[in-house]
Amino acid sequence: MLKVNDINVFYGAIHAVKQVSLEVTEGEIVTLIGANGAGKSTTLQTISGLLRSRTGSISFMDANIGAMAPHKIVERGLAQVPEGRRVFLRMTVRENLEMGAYTQKSNGISADLERAFTLFPRLKERHKQIAGTLSGGEQQMLAMGRALMSHPKLLMLDEPSMGLAPILVEQIFSTIVEMNRDGTTILLVEQNAQMALSVASRAYVLETGNIVMQGDAHELAGNEEVKKAYLGG
Amino acid sequence: MSFLSHLISGISLGSIYAIIALGYTMVYGIAKMLNFAHGDVIMVGAYACFFMVSRYEIPAVVGVLSAVVICTLLGIIIERLAYKPLRSATSLAVLITAIGISYFLQNAAQLLWTSNPKVFNSLMGDGSVKLFDGRLSISVTAIVTIVVCVIIMLALTWFTGRTKMGKAMRACSEDKGAAQLMGINVNFTISMTFAIGSALAAIAGVLLCSAYPILTPTTGSMPGIKAFTAAVFGGIGSIPGALLGGVLLGIIEIFGKAYISTQLSDAIVFVVLIVVLLVKPTGLLGKQVQEKV
Repeated sequence: MLKVNDINVFYGAIHAVKQVSLEVTEGEIVTLIGANGAGKSTTLQTISGLLRSRTGSISFMDANIGAMAPHKIVERGLAQVPEGRRVFLRMTVRENLEMGAYTQKSNGISADLERAFTLFPRLKERHKQIAGTLSGGEQQMLAMGRALMSHPKLLMLDEPSMGLAPILVEQIFSTIVEMNRDGTTILLVEQNAQMALSVASRAYVLETGNIVMQGDAHELAGNEEVKKAYLGG
Repeated sequence: MSFLSHLISGISLGSIYAIIALGYTMVYGIAKMLNFAHGDVIMVGAYACFFMVSRYEIPAVVGVLSAVVICTLLGIIIERLAYKPLRSATSLAVLITAIGISYFLQNAAQLLWTSNPKVFNSLMGDGSVKLFDGRLSISVTAIVTIVVCVIIMLALTWFTGRTKMGKAMRACSEDKGAAQLMGINVNFTISMTFAIGSALAAIAGVLLCSAYPILTPTTGSMPGIKAFTAAVFGGIGSIPGALLGGVLLGIIEIFGKAYISTQLSDAIVFVVLIVVLLVKPTGLLGKQVQEKV
């Protein structure tokens, strides 16, 4: 479904992502784990078209999206929940969700809103509230609900657990699994490797811009090196 | 009674400032740039209307609409040619470019239409409404100006609050990256913002020259600067702020002229701005949203 082949991304002189290749097949949950600054977010932003790779190619559903404008990529069914949620703080919860449906025809929006509200009942209670007044967990739910409004075939989530209480992290991850069961393929970027490996089928480990390990998520969770570096022993 | 009369002319002048300030504030909100050429788009709109109506005797409504279309296109072209290539440049580069465009428009107008002042006949005629046994007289131009300003404000409030495009503009003004991830075409949205601002500038040009009928290539520059002041005064980026700032500025200016000194009225306006910014740096209605992590 998604094929990233040999991308190199730079911030000025800094080589942030080095020869990264990865693949996501339909129906999977794939996770990309690694420490702060390893290049995880940069990789996602490049896939979304917000950053450009100097080399290689990115294809999604057999179309080359490497040079496509970000909004065109969303239209093709590839959505992202960005790091730090980035909900529109001055807009209401409902308006945020409507923005998520920007690429959709307006007559289907009310059904999609219902779907988002069923997945996140808290958002329904607060649909008239300004997003800036929501708690961190609620903002994460809003960011995920918003991304789902575009009916993505592949949803990329960037650190959904960041800054959340453990109980909320559990909730967010069980929602990710639920979304996957409903037919959305997931590419999950996480620092919380334990959680990520527990829901994913396959994983890539990113270290200072390079993919250093890849494979079955279960096997990686049992791997000594991974345990030492990312699972706290 | 003269107080009331001054108040009404203040609100009327302020309405013009408010319409111009909307252009500054919307463009600032979305493109985070000060479009100093905005005042000169007003001048182009006024010339367009002047030639259509006074020279070629086209009906006033058609003249105004043509001025709106011309300015809208001009705004889109300016953005496309001058500002879009600088989307990731430093803000100083963009600011200097805007000032360059401003001079370009003024000089182009001088070449095309000479610097001889043109006398702009008010499209609303020179009639007036008399109240209190004729002790209070309000010009039709003033009334039309205020009404037009109210209509524009209501329309913009509806547009930004209810329509998909308007909401997309608000989303872009808050976070362009996130807006792109929603599938919003940010370049197109910025282009539309310039189009709306410039269309409003055309209307402001017609209203301005109807009230102050001397038209020269620099007609737009002083009102442009004052409307920019109004936008900052009200809180740049805020649409209600542009209205409030514009109207207050107009009232202060007219009262300053009437009760203090005609020569000092502009100075008074800017002193008030400085005081407001010292007390409340974000302007009257400007707000800072606390970001939650």
